[in-house]
Amino acid sequence: MTNFGYTILIPILPFLMFLLLGLAGNKLKAKLSGLLGTAGLAVITLLSYFTAYKYFFAGEKAADGFHKIQAFNTVWLNISDKLHIDLGVLLDPISVMMLVVITTVSLMVHIYSLGYMKGEKGFERFFAFLSLFSFSMLGLVVATNIFQMYIFWELVGVSSFLLIGFYYTKPSAVRASKKAFIVTRFADFGFLIGILILSFNTKTFDFISLTDPTGPTFTQSTSAAFMGLSVMTWSMIFVYLGGVGKSAMFPFHIWLPDAMEGPTPVSALIHAATMVVAGVYLVARMFPIYAITAPVALHVVAYVGAFSSLFAAVIACTQTDIKRVLAYSTMSQIGYMMLALGVSGYGGHEGLGFMASMFHLFTHAFFKALLFLGAGAIIHAVHSNDMTDMGGLRKYLPITHWTFLIACLTIAGIPPLSGFFSKDEILAAAFEHNKILFAVEYAVAGLTAFYMFRLYFSIFWGKDTHYHHTPHEAPATMTVPLIILAAGSVLAGFIPFHSLVTSDGKPFDSEIELMVAIPSVLIGLLGIGAAYVMYRSANELPNKVAGFFKYGYKWAYNKFYMDEVYLFVTKKIIFRYISAPIAWFDRHVIDATMNLIASTAQNVSFRIRDFQSGQIQKYAFVFVSGAIGLAIIFIYFWK
Amino acid sequence: MSAGIPVQFFLILATVMFFAGIYGFLTRRNLITILMSVELILNSVNINFMAFNRYLYPNKLEGMFFSIFVIAVAACEAAVAIAIIINIYRRFTTINVEDVNEMKF
Repeated sequence: MTNFGYTILIPILPFLMFLLLGLAGNKLKAKLSGLLGTAGLAVITLLSYFTAYKYFFAGEKAADGFHKIQAFNTVWLNISDKLHIDLGVLLDPISVMMLVVITTVSLMVHIYSLGYMKGEKGFERFFAFLSLFSFSMLGLVVATNIFQMYIFWELVGVSSFLLIGFYYTKPSAVRASKKAFIVTRFADFGFLIGILILSFNTKTFDFISLTDPTGPTFTQSTSAAFMGLSVMTWSMIFVYLGGVGKSAMFPFHIWLPDAMEGPTPVSALIHAATMVVAGVYLVARMFPIYAITAPVALHVVAYVGAFSSLFAAVIACTQTDIKRVLAYSTMSQIGYMMLALGVSGYGGHEGLGFMASMFHLFTHAFFKALLFLGAGAIIHAVHSNDMTDMGGLRKYLPITHWTFLIACLTIAGIPPLSGFFSKDEILAAAFEHNKILFAVEYAVAGLTAFYMFRLYFSIFWGKDTHYHHTPHEAPATMTVPLIILAAGSVLAGFIPFHSLVTSDGKPFDSEIELMVAIPSVLIGLLGIGAAYVMYRSANELPNKVAGFFKYGYKWAYNKFYMDEVYLFVTKKIIFRYISAPIAWFDRHVIDATMNLIASTAQNVSFRIRDFQSGQIQKYAFVFVSGAIGLAIIFIYFWK
Repeated sequence: MSAGIPVQFFLILATVMFFAGIYGFLTRRNLITILMSVELILNSVNINFMAFNRYLYPNKLEGMFFSIFVIAVAACEAAVAIAIIINIYRRFTTINVEDVNEMKF
């Protein structure tokens, strides 16, 4: 065991950077604070790569696979001898992988933001928040216990809130940030309940003992059941609820498209690559519990994931705001990851889905961050989010065009790009376990290819739009991250994930199954072909197709009226029939009781206030009379 | 010295002084006179101390010491009280106790 104690620096450094930029940022030059933030993150990125190298390749691997290493731990809150909340660093294959993903994407976004946010008001504030986010996210993935994870889970929620609402003078951004915070917070409440049930039954918060297949989770004696499901199943479903909120799964997905009001680099970092996969990471972290003691909860994970991915893919086909298309695409891809976890078993080749999910998380971080950053470059050039304002941009933005194309091909699952490998593993895992889910995901693969190339063709080909200002390629600070991420998207697929990141730490053999791979590539090509026919050049076909699906199109275009459903439920039902009576009770019963007590005291004191006249001699008179009276009583009447 | 005078005489004197003090304290409006009334009360107590000490425990000195203490404390109190009275005069340009009634409801 080599020493990993230094890994505590990985979350600490961004926090110090946040303090520095947050407290002293307005005294520094804007450019300097941006460079400082980026430099701090570069150091952490190198540290993470070093850690990954040491963990995976430098002899950390024992004979029976990778072990969990507690690199650092300190008791933070000591409630009792048995119950204490720790803060620390836990290294295992998934957390090390997440460290690499987060620091890489975050570094790219930092560099990109140097160009994208240049001259914006609050430049240093932006970098301070980015550092805060990096700190929270890194703390989340290295959490040694579920409570630490919950703390950082809320912290990423806060940083997401702050960054979505970065343009705080824009009402829509303020609304979006509030929506994101409230919706995820609501879901996090489920997470908290889950944690409490879980730790009540297992008497521990610690991940190592929680997920140890011989630990208290699996040997605990209680077999209490509620509504036909065991307590463990309920707790895992509640924990998953937190993941549903953070990962924008149906029905808590409504905040994600609105979150696109934030600056584009933020969307790339938080709402595509890192924070929204926290839900997937959470399920992966607790995976042995799901797989062994709560298979029903795992089914919930699978079905919610599958439904969300289909739901989001259909909506993505109809939206015209490019960032919203990408947001729904993110939701759809996270659905994939959830599904893969849901169909996975624990250990060996059974754990194919787990591996596939983590693999897809890894590759998705690259190509989705790339797509968002590319979209940022486009928005930067055109000053519009709407793809109907765009067309023929390939001539003006060559680098963006090529990197965007690579990302689109990757997400469409064209070999040998990384998306092909990870998506193929997911489909293979689904195929082995559940044919219906496989069929859904297969259809989604086609839809994904279609809507991504719809986006691609509409932006870069299509009609030749006339622009007021000729669009120009973004500066080098923005194009370099694009190129690096494109390289990552191409190459990430060749990482042998099945020997590194598996459900039980032991490597297993996995190869591409042609049975699954060939049809999935074909449907991807079909989607691209359909998009080519419809959007390569301006024609009437898209309108005709929309007309053909008339109501279906309208529903999907309006996001299946989910926002309206939420509004109906909250305003018409919860506000009117629950909140309003409670408010009435509060005002007319609780407040009234208090008011009665207060007004009684006031009246009484008005009556008797004349006693306090300010005349010392009156007081003295009362005092002397009292003394004499007492003397008389004691002398003559007290027997 | 005081062998011929019965203790009641002292007690009567002290009582008269005490209630004269109380009466002055309650009825006088001038702060200085009130202060003088307080001194009367204190001195009546001193007389009691001395009288009882003399008649009950002629060989002990506790009562005398108490009186000396009371005199010392009274001196301090007079100093403080006069300082307060001066401040009151500066603030209100009067030392009539009825006009100094701001500390009320």
